[in-house]
Amino acid sequence: MAIASDYSGAPDWFGQLANTFKRRAFRSPSDTLTSVFIFGLMLYMAWLLLDWAILSAVWRAEDVGQCAEAGGACWSVIAARHRLILFGLYPFDLHWRSTLACVAIIVTVVLSCLPHFWSTSKLVTLWIVGFGTYVLLMDGTLLGQPQVTTDQWGGLALTLFMFSSVVLLGMPMGLLLALARRSNLPVVRGAASLLIDFIRSLPLLTTLFAAAVVIPLLLPDWLNGDKIWRVIIGFALFFACYQAEVFRGGFQAIPKGQFEAGKALGLTAFQILSRIIMPQVFRHALPSTINMVVVTFKETAIVIIIGFFDVLASANAAFGTVEWAPYYIEVYAFVGAIYWIFIFSLSQYGEYLKRRMSVAKR
Amino acid sequence: MDAVALKARRKRRDLFLQGLLVVSVALVIWVAVSTAQTKLTELNMASGFGFLERATGWAYSFSLIDRSIDDSYSRTLLIGFMNTLFLGLICIVLSTILGFAIGTARDARQLGFNAFATVYIQLFRNLPLILQLVFWYAVLIHMPGPRQAFSLGDAVFLSNRGLMLPALNVSPGVVLGLFAGLVLLGVVIFRLKSLHFLQKLGLWLIAGFVLTLGVASIFAPADASIFSIPAQKGLRFQGGLTVSIELVAMILAITLYGSAYIAEVVRGGLHEVPSGLTEAGKALGLSSRSIWFHIKMPMALRTIMPPLGNQWIFIMKATTLGVAIGFSDLFYIVSTSITQSGQTLELMGLLMLSFLLINYSLAQIVNFINARLALKGH
Repeated sequence: MAIASDYSGAPDWFGQLANTFKRRAFRSPSDTLTSVFIFGLMLYMAWLLLDWAILSAVWRAEDVGQCAEAGGACWSVIAARHRLILFGLYPFDLHWRSTLACVAIIVTVVLSCLPHFWSTSKLVTLWIVGFGTYVLLMDGTLLGQPQVTTDQWGGLALTLFMFSSVVLLGMPMGLLLALARRSNLPVVRGAASLLIDFIRSLPLLTTLFAAAVVIPLLLPDWLNGDKIWRVIIGFALFFACYQAEVFRGGFQAIPKGQFEAGKALGLTAFQILSRIIMPQVFRHALPSTINMVVVTFKETAIVIIIGFFDVLASANAAFGTVEWAPYYIEVYAFVGAIYWIFIFSLSQYGEYLKRRMSVAKR
Repeated sequence: MDAVALKARRKRRDLFLQGLLVVSVALVIWVAVSTAQTKLTELNMASGFGFLERATGWAYSFSLIDRSIDDSYSRTLLIGFMNTLFLGLICIVLSTILGFAIGTARDARQLGFNAFATVYIQLFRNLPLILQLVFWYAVLIHMPGPRQAFSLGDAVFLSNRGLMLPALNVSPGVVLGLFAGLVLLGVVIFRLKSLHFLQKLGLWLIAGFVLTLGVASIFAPADASIFSIPAQKGLRFQGGLTVSIELVAMILAITLYGSAYIAEVVRGGLHEVPSGLTEAGKALGLSSRSIWFHIKMPMALRTIMPPLGNQWIFIMKATTLGVAIGFSDLFYIVSTSITQSGQTLELMGLLMLSFLLINYSLAQIVNFINARLALKGH
């Protein structure tokens, strides 16, 4: 049914919709009653939401005085404080740099969803360029701009920074771990399995907390580095351990004959991996990888607990003054909407890829 | 070179590589241990578990048993561990029930149920759990005070002091005994051979209800009723059971998030059931309820169970977010202990050990259920 409508160019989608409703919502009197009740309730809630968010809302920062009487949302708080939420403590005059840096990361994520970029070299180049652009813009020294150090990075910009560096560092680590786990050297295999299972059975917060608090005790001071980098590496390790399992699933989908064929042709182990196996593994693992990336973006919000000024922390700061304290719902709705749009569209894209691949398999 | 020499060379290379890994790991551990020793000596800290007997001297939000700031670290940590288990189990039960309901609705033919379940899943699954948690906590904190509390039939109250529920008028010891009795009853009933799974479940619920009422009527004080119902006395509530807003926010957030994930798992499982089986059920004239109970669910459970187990483990791990709103789960207790006592390594070790233990036990339970569900001869 769904497939037919995909290929027929949808000449009669209204008729199909009506038909679906007839079959699935109004088949019998009790069916109709249920449908009317549920759809009525949902429409009523949607109307309440629309009324609150748009129709009775106050929009401009100057109009904050009207917020108490207006029945709807007080978006004045966003109008007045959105820069704090988006950029944290980044110097006010330099917010254009932070904006461009965020755009660079978002463009990188969007571009890597396009099939045109689905080759290892292109993806690696794309991410290094995107991430490099971000760091250049945020730090600014190499562009001849005033330097802004990482402790002043904040808000959505910091969230995107942590997210992209975790994915960029974690992906090769995950690949290495996956390869180590299927190595034929028992010590290497055992060590990789132990590490993967250990990290995976701990809550992410424990790993991050260990990176922030325990590692400084264990490493000589010159090796410690910034707290932000320790936490990013800890997070990347967490990502890598899950991603290694995703890659393992990809490896399992490849018939053994392909390794043997490669060996029979006299290819080296590296050639077999890079020319025959890995391209297929990436392809098989793509939907789950996107899923992992989405989960990682969602989990980035946790760094507020370790004491970073991410978008959630800056949201808390945005209604932290007496004047704005009553409008916490609006601030959370704003931040929630940012997260939701990002996560929803990426995960829908992952679902679409999964469907497309299962069609190709048939 | 002949084949023997090549094989020998390969073997030497493999041994060398593995030896290199062992040596480098040992080196890292040696550096870590010796650095930790020097740093701890500089800080004048004694390592070891002696601190567990010291009194903590700080208060925290929630405990199932008596507590005071003079408690030892070991008792406080135990309370944290119990809180994590308690919260985790409540959230697992609630989100599994809700997840099965929403997942079934998501798979339903009825378009209304389907649309509602889709909105529910997409809303709660695509927002970070911690964002939902701080949101619910903020909403609950901004609730009106006890005087203007929302009430439901004058028995359940919700205010910024927490959720007040009617409770059984018995001491905590009796509740614990009752809980053990209920578990025992469950074990006995589920070992019965002749009944169907859902019949067993129903029997257990009814028998448990009767047992609870019976125990409560025996142990309740002579001059009071079986139930203690919260009633407003001035600025406070008396009687009943008060659930703090931290706990309400934790349960609410984790249950909504967890149930959305479990619903997707359930929908996937139901979707995997071959349509020929349900059609056969229809052809036999079974009602759609019978088809769900006797054909779809038993078949789907086998695909649902492994990912459901992963969700349970996830929920257990998610209790660590309590630290964000001040719910005293194990992670909260451990991190406060670290700041207060400085025994970082020992406390982190205990934290990791606890989670390994929890996850291992949960995995064993899931394996047991899987083994029971497996089709004989498959």
